[in-house]
Amino acid sequence: MVPISYFLVLAAILFVLGVAGFLFKRNIVTIFMSIELMLNAVNLTFVALSYHLRELNGQIFVFFVMVVAAAEAAVGLAIIITVFKHRESLNVDNVDLMKL
Amino acid sequence: MNEYFTPGDFLVLKPVILLVLFGMGVMLTDLLLEKHNKYFNAVTALVGVGFASVAMWMIQSQMNRDGAGVYEAFRGAIVLDSFSIFFTWIFLISTAITIIISIRYLEIEEENHGEHYAIILFATAGMILLATGMDLITLFVSLELMVISIYILTGFLKRDRRSNEAALKYLLLGAFSSGILAYGMSLLYGISNSTNLVEIQSKLAQRPAGDPLVMMAVVTLAAGLFFKIGAVPFHQWLPDVYEGAPHPTTAFMSVGPKAAAFALFLRIFMVPLGPVRDQWLPLLIGVSIATMTLGNLAAISQSNIKRLLGYSAISHVGYLMLGLVSGNDTGLKGISIYLLVYAFMNLGAFTVIVAMRRRDLIGDEIDDMAGLMYKSPTAAVLMVIFLLSLAGIPPTAGFLGKYFIFLSLLETGHYTLAVIAVLYVAVALYYYFRIVSVMFMREPIDKELPSMSPGIRVALGVTAAMTLIIGIYPNPFIEFANRTVLAVMR
Amino acid sequence: MIGGDYVPSNYIPVVIFIVIATLFPIVTLLVAKLVRPSTPEPDKLGPYECGIDPQMESRGRYTVRYYIIAILFVIFDVETIFLFPWAVQFKVLGLFGLIEMLVFLGILIVGYVWVYKKGALEWV
Repeated sequence: MVPISYFLVLAAILFVLGVAGFLFKRNIVTIFMSIELMLNAVNLTFVALSYHLRELNGQIFVFFVMVVAAAEAAVGLAIIITVFKHRESLNVDNVDLMKL
Repeated sequence: MNEYFTPGDFLVLKPVILLVLFGMGVMLTDLLLEKHNKYFNAVTALVGVGFASVAMWMIQSQMNRDGAGVYEAFRGAIVLDSFSIFFTWIFLISTAITIIISIRYLEIEEENHGEHYAIILFATAGMILLATGMDLITLFVSLELMVISIYILTGFLKRDRRSNEAALKYLLLGAFSSGILAYGMSLLYGISNSTNLVEIQSKLAQRPAGDPLVMMAVVTLAAGLFFKIGAVPFHQWLPDVYEGAPHPTTAFMSVGPKAAAFALFLRIFMVPLGPVRDQWLPLLIGVSIATMTLGNLAAISQSNIKRLLGYSAISHVGYLMLGLVSGNDTGLKGISIYLLVYAFMNLGAFTVIVAMRRRDLIGDEIDDMAGLMYKSPTAAVLMVIFLLSLAGIPPTAGFLGKYFIFLSLLETGHYTLAVIAVLYVAVALYYYFRIVSVMFMREPIDKELPSMSPGIRVALGVTAAMTLIIGIYPNPFIEFANRTVLAVMR
Repeated sequence: MIGGDYVPSNYIPVVIFIVIATLFPIVTLLVAKLVRPSTPEPDKLGPYECGIDPQMESRGRYTVRYYIIAILFVIFDVETIFLFPWAVQFKVLGLFGLIEMLVFLGILIVGYVWVYKKGALEWV
């Protein structure tokens, strides 16, 4: 039997990888994929915990996280297309009309 | 019918169901409308908000008759108490005002599609659910319903590069923060074996002090929530999004979604994280000082008025968090009143900015307001009232919110924090008065008058009246907020 | 369905499959490289030995239409996630589940009608 901690550590590593990708990548689509990786790490945590605790709500949460991720991806793709139409580039450094 | 839900559960959600139905109705009727009568969509949406308000009123009066005080539905996943009722009214009012100020603006931008109103209604449904939810799943889904709607509204001007850019930044950072928040929720679930906030609270109270898992859950949840309310160091998206979004959307999201995010913030910190207050209090104090400092100091050097109000919104978040730092009755009452008052004064200020959008002038630079006194004295005077209220000067309503928050700080012995907060009010006065001096002292740069459509007139009248009424005769509103506090402290 | 005793040995066929799947292309390519004669010519290295020479990079842009279809797919594809548990527990959920699911599908149909009327599904 695989201990629960393995799953949790794997999920934590995936989550940190997602955060790192979000912070260091410059291509918008890659950044978006990093966010998906973070959400999937959350899903893995929920499923592992749900299995370990013998409680189903965690798995239901995963359904909703997946749906939310899909909705976000759809809106995100639409926004990325409009940005691309105006700028012909997918590098976040070029999206700098307003300075931070 | 069966053991899952009762029909009464759906009655509690009636306002939300009505909003969603009307939202879908707007989407469908929009397909049949010609270009010149698109305003009909706004009318439908307003009727929807009206129906939702009536439903809310009926639920509230039934609650008073029953003497129940709390309605639980869907096995505790939805809890309608005076806290959620208070916030629901803030949302419904701000949605109605946003709808009436959008009509003319969208015509000028030539983007008057029905989806705008439909998405506003969906966002409002999400906000109401966010204030009533008592379950991690409900909260997460309704939060996303709200923010995804706002991403779309932010990018609504498809041909405007700033609007696109703001939507992209908001989307990336918002999705990122949702990921962090979801991770925090998964940790809470692991600790407590439940997604219900009340059960999590009782499980968390049994954990030993300084448990690393609890610490990690607190930090991730706090980071995600700080993003949503726009607190330092997670505030970078806010000024950009405020600047780039269409004017009515900026008005909307600075009020409704902000109050909703704060409702979530309060619920999470008071209910499940309540037992570990010692662990998050230092974090909250540090963040609120940083937020007030950055918001107020960065606002001084802005030339774009939406950006300036964005930074001022950040500083208001700092003040609001102080109410949670003191955490007693007065502090929470202060937060509720502050958010109610903030809804009126901020919507009012943004309504003036919406009126500045003319045929060929975007109207979001401070210089665009030059000589407003000579062109439209009413708008100029009302703007002064809103700005005074934002700064917190009596007899306007803004004073009341700040008063209760400062009072609560003194009651709990946070004297240094109170002094810092009062000092920043002086800084805030300085940058708000820059706008006033431009309006009154400078010559107009062009002849074109602000576009005072009937909708904008109504919105200005309502917001200004409420800003003054709450400031001069606050008792009923304080009473209303008092009941809210009782629900949270329960 | 939630059982605690999780036996990794059930996954041994998967491991064997992965090993074979990795080795097969490597071995075939190696053997082919050793056996075949090597006579490189420019014509042979082109993508097509006869026919039109390629005009540009094959990694060019797709028309934006593909993305719109992809977006719509992402949205309507995820609805199955909710249909699936309902289908599995159909008898237990009974009439109430059916009505609930019809409401859910009704909302999706409103979205579909909107997309259809907006002309997003037409391939121009």
